[in-house]
Amino acid sequence: MTSVLGVLFDGFAYGMLLFLLSVGLSVTLGMMNFVNLAHCSFGMIGGYVTVTLMNSMGWPFLATLPMAFIAAAATSVVFERTMFRRLYRASDLDQCLLTIGLVFASVAAAAYIYGTIQQPVNLPSYLRGSYQVMGVTLGAYRLFLIAFSLVVTAVLVISLEYTRFGAQVRAAVDNQRMARGLGINVDGAFAITFALGSGLAGLGGALAIDIVGLDPSFALAYLVYVLIVVSVGGLGSIGGSFVAATLLGISDMAGKYYFPEIGSFLIYLVMISLLMWRPAGLFGRRA
Amino acid sequence: MRKVFLGAAAAIAITLGTGPASAQNVKIGVVMSFSGQFADPGAQIDNGIKLYMKQNGDTVAGRKIEIIRKDSGGIAPDVAKRLSQEVIVRDGAQVLAGYDLTPNALAAADVSAQAKTFMVNMNAATSVITTKSPYMARTSFTVWQVNEALGAWAYKNGVRKAYTLVSDFGPGWDGEAAFQKGFKDAGGEIIGQARYPVANLDFTAFVQRAKDSNPDGIYIWVPGGPQPAAIGKAIAERGIDKSKVKVMGQGELTYEEALKSMGDAGLGLITAFHYDYNHQSAKNKAFVTAYNTEFKRNPDMFSVGGYDGMHLIYEALKKTAGKTDADSLIAAAKGMRWESPRGPMSIDPETRDVVQTVYIRRVEKVGGHLVNVDIDKIENVKDPWKARQPK
Repeated sequence: MTSVLGVLFDGFAYGMLLFLLSVGLSVTLGMMNFVNLAHCSFGMIGGYVTVTLMNSMGWPFLATLPMAFIAAAATSVVFERTMFRRLYRASDLDQCLLTIGLVFASVAAAAYIYGTIQQPVNLPSYLRGSYQVMGVTLGAYRLFLIAFSLVVTAVLVISLEYTRFGAQVRAAVDNQRMARGLGINVDGAFAITFALGSGLAGLGGALAIDIVGLDPSFALAYLVYVLIVVSVGGLGSIGGSFVAATLLGISDMAGKYYFPEIGSFLIYLVMISLLMWRPAGLFGRRA
Repeated sequence: MRKVFLGAAAAIAITLGTGPASAQNVKIGVVMSFSGQFADPGAQIDNGIKLYMKQNGDTVAGRKIEIIRKDSGGIAPDVAKRLSQEVIVRDGAQVLAGYDLTPNALAAADVSAQAKTFMVNMNAATSVITTKSPYMARTSFTVWQVNEALGAWAYKNGVRKAYTLVSDFGPGWDGEAAFQKGFKDAGGEIIGQARYPVANLDFTAFVQRAKDSNPDGIYIWVPGGPQPAAIGKAIAERGIDKSKVKVMGQGELTYEEALKSMGDAGLGLITAFHYDYNHQSAKNKAFVTAYNTEFKRNPDMFSVGGYDGMHLIYEALKKTAGKTDADSLIAAAKGMRWESPRGPMSIDPETRDVVQTVYIRRVEKVGGHLVNVDIDKIENVKDPWKARQPK
């Protein structure tokens, strides 16, 4: 029984990490119809910002998180304005080619600047170690990860569903011409949405270092997981990404714990069966 | 007309360039990864080669040593084989050296055997490699050598029930088999085992499962890269008490960068290996100091493989008085014995493989840094896998 609870907890925490990394892609892919495979490269930027600030300038871990968000968001805006926006109306294949090219460029750039070695990150002592609650080991960092992600989700849902800006974004997605006609700054709304999504990836990248490490291959290693979460969750659905990330995190953890020999396949089995059941994803709006 | 003249001039220049003057040189073709994912290990092996030549001069037995570097660019047996052929046929190399990765070394072994060329394997650690060419010697280590010794050591030091967790590919299986053999032969019991996928990111589930099976020892085989730090942190986070449960592995688990990433989570990890920059001996201290001055970083197992590989080539050449045919060189290398920065080592006259001390080290904090401190050693360890093969 305690092992079940432990697996659920660890899986949920891992799912939250996947959620932070992927929710931005779900937003840009679903709302703006732009296939951004370079999403995890922005996540990697966040990771390297955190590492640099901590190790070279002695910043505390928590203080680096907003910077990771800002740096990833700012970089993404530059790319969005100079490159991506030209391809908003291009075919999926063109978008893939451009963004996968950026992934490889980012991997090479990170290797050039930081080398191929692992980047160390030392968390403050209150985020290390674990608590024993009813026989279940709860990692302090995982508790933090869960709490942090829940807050981010709440902020995100509220700002997209209940604010004027959120309404503008949704209007721009549903009918661009109409939105423009009503005087909504569609380009601006898209740019901000894009920055927001990339910033969240940057946060995810920074938070991921302690669990999975950071080296230049980060931009590629997570791409598959992020795409699985987005496709299972359904494009453009924040709630969908949340549920999908949770499901995948827990099934990955459970698979590795109970069936270590085949455990790493379980996440793909779950993906295939869910997509056969609902091809547009759990909460997908478009088929 | 002018073109013809230039062509002729160039041809003459080339002929002169490879004329009698350079025939005196001993050319060593070094084939390994200078680019790609394994560029850093390649650079460290090369640093070892450079440092040895700087300290010992570039002339042996009256002949100048010339290094010809060829980049195999990663796991690419076909490329390694082609480059080894080229360096012999086109560049006239009399010795092959380098070889960072097992598939590459295996492919190049055929070249060494057929072209009758002395070959020094400076890194690749799979046992079988040296059997593939009668002209090959190794100056690194073998996975079986280190891990079977560790298994026996674990039982002797109180571990009775062990759990093994290894990366699911060739070297990981070797590590698993070697540790289990050493441990079971000594009397221990393996109460559980798992192989994790090569590209695994989060280790929590695997470590939790190991913990829940209540072993008094956990054995881990992990390649370098990001995984050692991730495993080390997962072990600390799962609250495994290393004073009660011995957590053991091959040296990669606690290499310099991994320890930096792990921080205090790495304290108490036990590893078996043949070399570490923290190994306490006058010879190693001098080696590390010279290495630091030259390359601004610490040497590692790759560096020492390259350094000792050059030593073997130099000493063999001295013995043959500069003769470079493979039969003379391998005969000279067999049974060669010397004091390396890693301690005493020799080349087994029967298998041409390395015989050396395996050190058992524990991660401790010394002067504010996490380092591998030698706590025990097993001397004169031969590759046990080869000893069991039918002759």
